[in-house]
Amino acid sequence: MNENLKLKPGHIQGETGIWEMVIGLEIHAQVSSKSKLFSGASATFGAQANSNVSLVDAAMPGMLPVINEYCVEQAVKTGLALNAQINNISVFDRKNYFYADLPQGYQISQFTQPIVGEGEITIDVDDNNQTTIGIERLHLEQDAGKSLHDQHPTKSYIDLNRTGVALMEIVSKPDIRSPKEAGAYVKKIRSILRYVGSCDGNMEEGSLRADCNVSVRKAGEEFGTRCEIKNLNSIRFINQAIQAEAERQVEILEAGGEINQETRLFDTSSGETRSMRSKEDAHDYRYFPDPDLLPLEFTDSFVQGIKDQLPELPDFVKKRLVNEYGITPYDASILVEEKDFVAFYEQAATGGDGKLTANWMISELFGALKKENLLLSDSPISPETLRELISLITKGTISGKIAKDVFAEMMISRKKPSDIVEEKGLEQVSDDKEILKLIEKVIADNQDKVKDYLSGKDKLFGFFVGQVMKISQGKANPGLVNKILKEKLK
Amino acid sequence: MSDLLKYDLLGASKAIKAKEISSVEITNAYIEAIENTSSLGAYLELVKDKALEMAKASDENISKGKFRPLEGLPIGIKDMFCTKDIKTTASSKILDNFYPTYESTVTQNLWNDGAVMLGKLSCDEFAMGSSNETAAKGNVINPWLKIKKMSPGGSSGGSAAAVAARSALAATGTDTGGSIRQPAAFCGITGLKPTYGRCSRWGIVAFSSSLDQAGPLTRTVSDAALMLNSMASYDKKDSTSANLAMPDLMSYLGNSIKGKKIGIPKEYTQDGISDDIVKFYQKSIDWLKEAGSEIVPVSLPHTKYALPVYYIIAPAEASSNLARYDGVRFGERKEASSLDKMYEITRGEGFGDEVKRRIMIGTYVLSSGYYDAYYLKAQKVRRLIKEDFENGFKKVDFILTPSTPTTAFELGKKQDPLTMYLNDIFTVPASLAGLPGISLPVGLDQSGLPIGIQLIANAFDEAGLISTAHVLEKSANFNFIADGAAK
Amino acid sequence: MSNKKSIVDIPTVNKIARLSRLDIPENSKQSLANDLNNILGFVANLDEVDTSNVEPLASVTGHKLPLRSDIVTDGNIENLVLKNAPESSSGFFVVPKVID
Repeated sequence: MNENLKLKPGHIQGETGIWEMVIGLEIHAQVSSKSKLFSGASATFGAQANSNVSLVDAAMPGMLPVINEYCVEQAVKTGLALNAQINNISVFDRKNYFYADLPQGYQISQFTQPIVGEGEITIDVDDNNQTTIGIERLHLEQDAGKSLHDQHPTKSYIDLNRTGVALMEIVSKPDIRSPKEAGAYVKKIRSILRYVGSCDGNMEEGSLRADCNVSVRKAGEEFGTRCEIKNLNSIRFINQAIQAEAERQVEILEAGGEINQETRLFDTSSGETRSMRSKEDAHDYRYFPDPDLLPLEFTDSFVQGIKDQLPELPDFVKKRLVNEYGITPYDASILVEEKDFVAFYEQAATGGDGKLTANWMISELFGALKKENLLLSDSPISPETLRELISLITKGTISGKIAKDVFAEMMISRKKPSDIVEEKGLEQVSDDKEILKLIEKVIADNQDKVKDYLSGKDKLFGFFVGQVMKISQGKANPGLVNKILKEKLK
Repeated sequence: MSDLLKYDLLGASKAIKAKEISSVEITNAYIEAIENTSSLGAYLELVKDKALEMAKASDENISKGKFRPLEGLPIGIKDMFCTKDIKTTASSKILDNFYPTYESTVTQNLWNDGAVMLGKLSCDEFAMGSSNETAAKGNVINPWLKIKKMSPGGSSGGSAAAVAARSALAATGTDTGGSIRQPAAFCGITGLKPTYGRCSRWGIVAFSSSLDQAGPLTRTVSDAALMLNSMASYDKKDSTSANLAMPDLMSYLGNSIKGKKIGIPKEYTQDGISDDIVKFYQKSIDWLKEAGSEIVPVSLPHTKYALPVYYIIAPAEASSNLARYDGVRFGERKEASSLDKMYEITRGEGFGDEVKRRIMIGTYVLSSGYYDAYYLKAQKVRRLIKEDFENGFKKVDFILTPSTPTTAFELGKKQDPLTMYLNDIFTVPASLAGLPGISLPVGLDQSGLPIGIQLIANAFDEAGLISTAHVLEKSANFNFIADGAAK
Repeated sequence: MSNKKSIVDIPTVNKIARLSRLDIPENSKQSLANDLNNILGFVANLDEVDTSNVEPLASVTGHKLPLRSDIVTDGNIENLVLKNAPESSSGFFVVPKVID
């Protein structure tokens, strides 16, 4: 569908015209608490089945919920970071439905009065594209347990370890218009969560997952009927699922069909979405205030206390990086995704060329780490060695091309770039006399070409530069080579 | 009658303390009484060995000079309380074979204070009922009349019957809309529902969380004070538990009520109340006046909406509270090929008709399209009912009402759910407002059935309630013993 | 509310029974519908009450929701959690197969 290069991201070329995607995301972020939202069992991931389960989580008769203070604070903190309204009174409701991994027969959630109301965040989609996405609400709720369907031919196995773990559900407004924006939105939310420390953002372990509401419409038309794709746990899958779902909807609509509002699953192997059979029943969740709990109330000073301790947020740091280091907002947005990116960058860029450092970090270092499947914290190249490498380039000690070789060597040997340059004799030749010698050799060896050049074949100039660089093994300062060569070939 | 059965709770406590009797002796007497009155069906489970073991421990304690407030006193526990390693069924088939691995806070408080557990007492299934006829294991019979099988009331019918039949020195109950006070009235004993939040709900099988409250069923007002002293506690495990110290209720016995204002709500004198009850209601008013209190008419204008509000809110909460009985983690499961079928058959067969009816009503009033018209409306009227009492208690200290519109009725005679619901007409309003209420026997009607009168106090004024009830108890001087009591 | 009130018929009984996961025998559906209609009729007098300026009351307690500290105080009691389970295997609860 993307053959048409003029098509904007999030647009689909159909038979009847161009369709636009309308996307809203519900992100479920596990609160970084030690214990569960309403019980004292551990919220740790990966324990033995049913070991992180209290009698409250197993919904034994007469068991009652008591709320975790830390989770409340984290929700408020996150709400503040999302520039959102904090509701000093909020209510926990029961969402009633039957499922094997929902022991109470209801999920304790917040329906009409969430702890956090409307807010907004800014996302950077690419270099010249910044957009604001509205936040509808953030509420606290319980996670469900886990059903394993592959242990037995006719049975499902139930593990309640996750049951009752605290989640923050962050609901966006339907302001997202492309899979790329959706990805940028999730990245931004993830980085905010990690900055404030309310969620570890670990998508592999399911600490962060998203439900995507997708619909399509012709430009300017009303919103179409949406489908909800459940439980996506990577940005790649979010991208693919949205694209696949939007294309499916366009196909149906163009064939004269209608979209059924329904819950769908993304099949990662086929790359398609499919209807969820277990959700086929018309649902009626019968929300009502949980009579085992009271309204959650806190004072303005409680909120202020949390506000006072709020760390620097990504947007703030981004602005600072742009101002202090002169880098582009987009580069800055990539660097602020993780706190340790920023720390690394600032150490590497201090006193050096900020822009060049950002380029090297984003394209070279991140690329190399990704190839080796390494985290920044495992990087063989430290901020200090990167800083030295950048300074070797800016001082003219080595050329950018040689620097790439040095970089590759640093990745393997963890050596200082100056040592590598010295050991391998890679220092750039910037001595006029030495360069002159090389140029004279090239001229002597290529007399016929010199004649052609002088008779008007200007294009040959590049050939001579190349030859000089070649016999200098790349070490000749290209600027000087150009300058002197021009004088010699007059 | 064994002399040992003549002691009330306080009397037995004094006798044990004075070493006139031992806990093992009185416990044995009660075990025998339980066996002799087993035809009443009050007990679902007798834990003889455990009782004697606990009694022995109490006697040892006493011999070491230690004495706890309920030391060595044998009591019965309504089957709504989860008791560790002792079958707890809430009188339901769906919980047959459920052995809790934990002890409810209220019962733990009792054991900590030295009480001895006799066994588990029948009740209406999940405490839903006013006649004890919805219990899976069958009816409980009111011990008062031998000629006819009368209902002990409900839902704490087993508890009330056991105390009246002298097969328990005292018993625990739970009260959602009258489940302690109404059976106490039917069985000629004292039943106290404390302020909502006084007793922890932790470990009590939930029926309607915003209304459920545990309390004692006893022979006397003093006994109720002694029991509640131990049962009540602030419990961090129950978010609705009140962090408010309760004074020692025993020190309020014998206080004068001179100058206290007793409210008589005009809305509680209506058609359908039996003449004998009207007569004893008036007598009670007179007794309190004679004791020096001032009788003040009050109005609780939303009284007639209390039952409708109750029959929306309680089933709504119940429909959700009972969702956990799904055959997955505990209780009886009916096997089926799919999970949903398993749920439907397990619950369809595991719950009795009244419970199913209430789950259905509760689901209906919460369902999309009806929530505002029923549930939300009921919550709003509930506020008005609570405000009625708040206004009333600006003028008076206590409110006096009959406990029930009639005395005990014959088992099997009230088939229509609605007629049954009307039994709770005088007890439900205080439940909705979360207020403490006590029912105590003040006389017998013409057929020899006990009549209960209810006193309602302001929130957390159990102490005042005890003082006033104690005065009324003295005046009424009710000292009849049920025909069917253990001999 | 009375105007909007629907009569509980057999399809409604089916729908509510399904939401409640209750298997109701065919031959008792009509009497159940009648009971429900009677109860709904009984509660209909709430219509008379003007509640236009009344906030709903969810809880009678006067206190605020208590908060607990984030400390692990529970868990590692698989034996107790599974003790009453009708069916369990290798530490899991077992139910008839669920299809997503």
